[in-house]
Formats: sequence, C-alpha cells, structure tokens
Amino acid sequence: MPSAISVKSLRKSFGDLEAVRGVDFEVETGEVFGFLGPNGAGKTTTINMLCTLSRPTGGSASVAGHDVVSARDEVRRHIGLVFQDPTLDGYLTAEQNLRLHAELYGVEKAAVAPRMQQVMEMVGLWERRDSQVLTFSGGMRRRLEIARGLMHSPRVLFLDEPTIGLDPQTRSSIWGYIRELQEREEITIFMTTHYMDEAEFCGRIAIMDHGEIVALDTPQALKEGVGADRIRIETDDDGAAIEAIDRVFGLEATVSEGAVSFAVPDGEEFVPRLFAELGVPIRSVSLSRPTLDDVFMSHTGSTIRDAEELGKGDRKIAAQMLAGIKR
Amino acid sequence: MSTATADVVRVHVPARSWRSELRAVKVVWFRELIRFRSDRVRIVTQMVQPLLFLFVLGAGLEQLSSASTHGVDLKTFIYPGILCMSVMFTAMFSAASIVWDREYGFLREMMVAPVRRSSIVIGKCIGGATVAGFQGVIMIALAPVVGVPYSATLIVGVLALQLLLAFSITAFGVMVSARITQIQSFMGVMQLIVTPMFFLSGALFPVTDLPGWLAVLNRLDPLTYAVEPMRSLVFAHLDLSSGAEAALNPGVTWFGWTVPIALSVFTVFALGMTMLAIAIWEFNAGE
Repeated sequence: MPSAISVKSLRKSFGDLEAVRGVDFEVETGEVFGFLGPNGAGKTTTINMLCTLSRPTGGSASVAGHDVVSARDEVRRHIGLVFQDPTLDGYLTAEQNLRLHAELYGVEKAAVAPRMQQVMEMVGLWERRDSQVLTFSGGMRRRLEIARGLMHSPRVLFLDEPTIGLDPQTRSSIWGYIRELQEREEITIFMTTHYMDEAEFCGRIAIMDHGEIVALDTPQALKEGVGADRIRIETDDDGAAIEAIDRVFGLEATVSEGAVSFAVPDGEEFVPRLFAELGVPIRSVSLSRPTLDDVFMSHTGSTIRDAEELGKGDRKIAAQMLAGIKR
Repeated sequence: MSTATADVVRVHVPARSWRSELRAVKVVWFRELIRFRSDRVRIVTQMVQPLLFLFVLGAGLEQLSSASTHGVDLKTFIYPGILCMSVMFTAMFSAASIVWDREYGFLREMMVAPVRRSSIVIGKCIGGATVAGFQGVIMIALAPVVGVPYSATLIVGVLALQLLLAFSITAFGVMVSARITQIQSFMGVMQLIVTPMFFLSGALFPVTDLPGWLAVLNRLDPLTYAVEPMRSLVFAHLDLSSGAEAALNPGVTWFGWTVPIALSVFTVFALGMTMLAIAIWEFNAGE
C-alpha cells in the first residue's frame, strides 16, 4: 500500500523566519501519526502545507497519493480537517453545518443522511442535531468538527491540536473516537499535539523543534532510545548490593538518596531475576520508565514547557507575520 | 476488521465538475438565506433607515419644495432613490458577513473545500442579492403609499433593477473584504464609500443644473446609473405633466449627451461583473 503522506525536504519561510527547515517523513496508510513539539516549533505550518492551505517554499509533499501543490483539489477531496480554531457556523444547527459541508464536498445526495447520522452518533451529538451550534460547549463543538471532518469519508484526517483547551474527560472521549475510527474506517490520522501523555496513543510520533524533526519512531522505541529503565532498591546492605549487582549482572549501580539505583533495559523482566540472583535482601523496589518528556528532553535539551517559554519571543514575531497572511 | 467496517457508510467524493461547482454556489447562497431568516432583528433594523428617508425627510422637506416639484409629492420623487437605498445597505451587510466568517473561522471551512473559490464568491454575491431582494419587495409594497400605483411591469422591473444593484454592491463589498479583514474597519470603509455614493447619486435631487463640482461627482458615482433607470421606470407608471417630467427626471447627461437607460443599466452590470472578477481574483490569490 502506498504511503498516506510522503514528505521530502519540505520547507517554509516567512521572510527571514524559517518556520520549517526541510523535513522528511512518510506516514503509512491506517497509521495514527503524531506531531509533537512546543508551540512555535513549526507543527501547524507543516500541517497547513500538507492541507494545501499554505504553499511550501521548498521540497515536496504528497497526501493520499496526490501532490499538495500540483493536485491541490485532489488532496482536498481526500482529507478531513479539524483545526485548532473553530470553523463552525454558530448560527446554523449542527445538522445544517454538516449538510453544508457535504454539499461543498459534493457528497452523493443519497449518502448524506446515513453518513451524517453515523458520524454524529459516533461523537454523541445525534440527539442535538437540531440545536444551533452557538448553544454548544467547547467540547461539543470540537466533537462536531471531528464529525464534520469525517462527513466525506476522507482518507487522511488532520487534527491540529484536537484536544487543546478541553477538560480531561472530553480529551479522553476524543481519543476514544480516534481509536474507534482507526478500527472502523480505513483512515490515516495525522495529528499535532503538545500533550506528552496523548502522544503515547499514536502509532508513531515525530518530534519537531525549531522547524526540524529531531526524532521519529514509535513512542516505545523513542523511549527505549533514551535509555533503559531505572531501578531503585532499598537494601539492608547497600555496599554488598552494589558489589553483587556488578558481580552478578555486570551493571554499575550508585547510591543516591538512601537507595541503590541503576539502569537496565527491560526493567520489568529484570526485576524477578534481581530478586532470585542478587543474594542481598531487598526491602523495596521501584521501577521507572522513561517518558516522552525524557525523550523530548534528550533530543532538544529542554522540557517541552521550557521550550515554550524560550520560544515565546520568536512566536510573537511568527504570530505577527501570520496575522499579515490572509487566512 | 472487515466485519467492523461493513456497516460504515462510505461516501464517495466525485471529481470536480461544473455540477459540483453549482452545488457549492447553491449551498453558499442557501446559507445566506438561512442566516437572514434567523436574524429577524436585522430584517427590521435595515428597514428603518430607508423608511426614515422616505417618510420623515420626504414629508419634512415637502414643506419647502412643493413649489418646485410641479405638484409631485416629494415622497414620490425620492421613492426610486429609496428603492435603491434599501437594497444597498442590505447588500453591504451581506458582504460584511464574509468578514464575520473570517473572524469566526467559517471562511476557512469554505476555503479548504475542493471547489473553486469563484463558486464561493459567486454564491455569496447571489445570496446578498437575494436577501436584499426580500428587503426590496417590502419597499415595493409601499408604492401606493407614496402615490405610485401597482402594476406588474413596475414590480418586475423594480425588482430586477434592485437585484442587479444588490449583486453589484455585494460584489463590491466582497472585493473590499478580501483586503480589509477587520469588521470595524470594514464597516467604516463601507460607510465611507456607500454613504457619499448615495448622496451623490441623485436619489434625493434631480441631476440637472447642479453646481459643476457636484455634477462631475454625480456622473462619476456608479449609483447614479442605478437611480436614473429606477426613476424612469417609476415615473413611466405615473401620470405626470411634461413640466414635472422635465424638471424631476431629466436623465443623466455626459457632456450634453443624454445617456440611454439601457447604457445606464449596463454600466451597473459591467461594474458589478468587474468587481466580482476582482473579488474572485483576490480570493484566489490569498493562501
């Protein structure tokens, strides 16, 4: 099966500001692909180019098998978009918004009603179809946008920060829909997020920083790449324990904060061996796995929050430049 | 997996054709109607200004002008101008909705659809014209109140002219909205252009023997070429003395040459089309 998205040295500059500095990646059909990075890293700029909303200044990209520059309409027909900012007509009802979308996308007339019911039921808004969107909460609007983005059975669904600003309950229900979608429809999902915990749900993630992709792999592999799990044990005799760890397992352990700690790959499988073979009584054990925060840290040298703080000045400039571009 | 996907309603989006473009035009047009219908306040408020001009200004100035109108009621005289005015402001508000759409993000939904931008712009302009047409019908209904009897040719002719004017004004507004993206500035600019256009057009006065500067501005004002046919059409349905006809409906002249009604109407049409073309070009050029 061909790639759903194929990107080759894609670039975008706004004047002197290089928002995207040559990125390459492929997204397989059916994959949930996450784009992770602090605000201002170039995620939205990249997504805009893939959605044909913005022209690349260099490189190329194809989505659903069509070039984003030369076959703009073909791309548009096969993608669904859910933006960070709302794009619903509040004066229309939920149903009218979806019908309007179906008309704009030329969905066959006979398929409109059943498809609409299906997508609205999926996001739990079928009962509210006759209400004006103005009366909807932020979470309901986002859900309706997702339903609308699916109206024309897109091959690739782009979600730009789909859960930003939502309460945890709505966030998790949106993730529920995304997983359900992936199971039910042959759809590729491309999303951006800067919530580390959500990135875990993606099949693969690309970490973007300062307009470049600094890492790309499955969340599992990325975390493994950071290094091993860390095991901390409390023992009756720390000195003997360190000596035994070195002798039995060939690992280097140190004492910190009253506990012996060391790094080991596949920590879960290691713990039973530790108990069986160490020969020094263990009072307690704790295992910690690397998180995507650690991954981000190891690739960018800062936590995602710090990166956002640092980037604020740049982003202000970028925001001003973007404001000058017609949406 | 295969059993799970079996019940999914798959829809197929066909390749772009004139039919899909037509659907897009239609739905953008239809949306204007839905929104207009749900906005009853707007329907009422936009009637106020033309009615004020017609009945308050008309009746008030009647006291001063009765000597020079050859027995024609001033309200009857300015009625054609008010017919134009009522659709102008409605059309302007329709165009403003594109600025609102941008502000509330909905413009994006339309811009990313796999249809030509021209379909969206055309749908918007036809929508503006239709909505203004409703307003126009209410004004036409007032004809007997200002001494103009109903007649089929009058109603059809006036409505056609109103639709043409409203279409052109919406096209003008959409053209402006491509550049001016903030609602306050947009309304300011539109007021700045449309209000003088209305006053210069001869909607409220005959266009002969004007002071030189005013005559020039009047002839340059596109609205003049909508007011003039409108007045001729209304006056054709009145029983007027030749003196009154000559004084009140002298016709627009270019360097002494009387511009035919057909040319006036064509001027409005051509300007509307030109602005539509510019609007389409501008929306195509934007990312």
